[in-house]
Amino acid sequence: MRVHFTVNGRPQEADDVWEGESLLYVLRERLGLPGSKNACEQGECGSCTVRLDGVPVCSCLVAAGQVEGREVVTVEGLADYAKERSCGTGACGTTLQDAQQWQAKPASDSQTGEGTELSPIQQAFIDAGAVQCGFCTPGLLVAADEMLEHNPNPSDADIREALSGNLCRCTGYEKIMDAVRLAAARQAEGV
Amino acid sequence: MDFLRPASWEEALAAKAEHPTAVPIAGGTDVMVEINFDHRRPEYLLDLNRIGDLAEWEVGEDTVRLGASVSYTRIMQDLRAELPGLALASHTVASPQIRNRGGVGGNLGTASPAGDAHPALLAAGAQVEAESAARGTRLIPIDEFYTGVKRNALQPDELIRAVHIKKADGPQQYSKVGTRNAMVIAVCAFGLALHPQTRTVRTGIGSAAPTPVRAKTAEDFLNAALEEGGFWDNGKIITPSVAKQFAELCSGACNPIDDVRGTASYRRHAVGVMARRTLTWAWESYRGARRASEGAA
Repeated sequence: MRVHFTVNGRPQEADDVWEGESLLYVLRERLGLPGSKNACEQGECGSCTVRLDGVPVCSCLVAAGQVEGREVVTVEGLADYAKERSCGTGACGTTLQDAQQWQAKPASDSQTGEGTELSPIQQAFIDAGAVQCGFCTPGLLVAADEMLEHNPNPSDADIREALSGNLCRCTGYEKIMDAVRLAAARQAEGV
Repeated sequence: MDFLRPASWEEALAAKAEHPTAVPIAGGTDVMVEINFDHRRPEYLLDLNRIGDLAEWEVGEDTVRLGASVSYTRIMQDLRAELPGLALASHTVASPQIRNRGGVGGNLGTASPAGDAHPALLAAGAQVEAESAARGTRLIPIDEFYTGVKRNALQPDELIRAVHIKKADGPQQYSKVGTRNAMVIAVCAFGLALHPQTRTVRTGIGSAAPTPVRAKTAEDFLNAALEEGGFWDNGKIITPSVAKQFAELCSGACNPIDDVRGTASYRRHAVGVMARRTLTWAWESYRGARRASEGAA
């Protein structure tokens, strides 16, 4: 079957999709977006977390056919997504100088994320040292970013609850907690 | 495999009538696991995500008509007042990602004895709205819905459209045993609802018998003891011996097995502990509410 949907703001089309295939498989194997990780395939680990029409879900448990016509945001699109969100609040715009210096991005950017800016939550993970092997990181980033979107001033309990569907086997979560607190603090300061 | 994508409820019923083996998929949190692990290769997948009505609910006079696909997240956020037991149960379901997708219709369709919603539905009192193209709608009382391990009263051509759950007329509680707070399949679970209007208490036990069950003998005992002692009127603390006997009868209502998550004897014991605790918690709220209303009067 053929599936049309929007990924990170771009219309996409996947062909020859098997009917029992997951959204995760389509993203990774057919659309070349390997950011969402494939680990447990049963919704236990959260490493495949994406936004489906804005809602965080395990992409391994969404059948490909269910995303027809819908919008998906993966970790590859997180920086753009976060930027657009802050623009929605009137916090940005393109200056004349920026516009004059505008250049087309290399085509590979949306695929690998290389060379693109980071979202605040991504930067916070780096700054707080919240990444070890990195396998759980994309799912945590998507989940944490979504929490900060509707809860800009989370308590530790809120953070733990929001990330309770994401397993990390390296860090013991403390640095991840630090990273989310850091991102929240920076968001509050508007930096 | 074929992927059927009905755009309306009528189309979904027609598809289910034409392909009775079709497996309905909404949140996918059960079905996709089975497909990912190659435990199941259904001939047809029947996607219900395009039917918007299923994600809606109506709060009526006495009941809430809860669409089969209303997510656990919505139940927690929006139906805490009307369905406190189910809201508590919803909060124990897996993780935010799973709660965003899964709903009570899937819990009922899968009919696993470990489904988190079942004890809350049994305790509150509910009817399952099932529909087929050939015979129309019927309401299945929740007590008759679970027929065996992962078996329910649905006919092959039927789909679950909604669940009609009695609005809480008193405090409700829910308790679940697991190794951690999130991402846990219940070792066992217990739901309890006080119904001051009818002066009855209802219960629901999960994961401690082949199907979710009510502890009916325990309910009868407690209802009689509360009536006899005038507890509903005097609002006294429930006598420890009554609570103890209630807990023992709840343990006795279990018919558990030993498995990877726990032993039968542990489950029986834990159900008794949860029965006593949930009764105490709920009764305390009932007493608190009584005092508040007396104070106001």
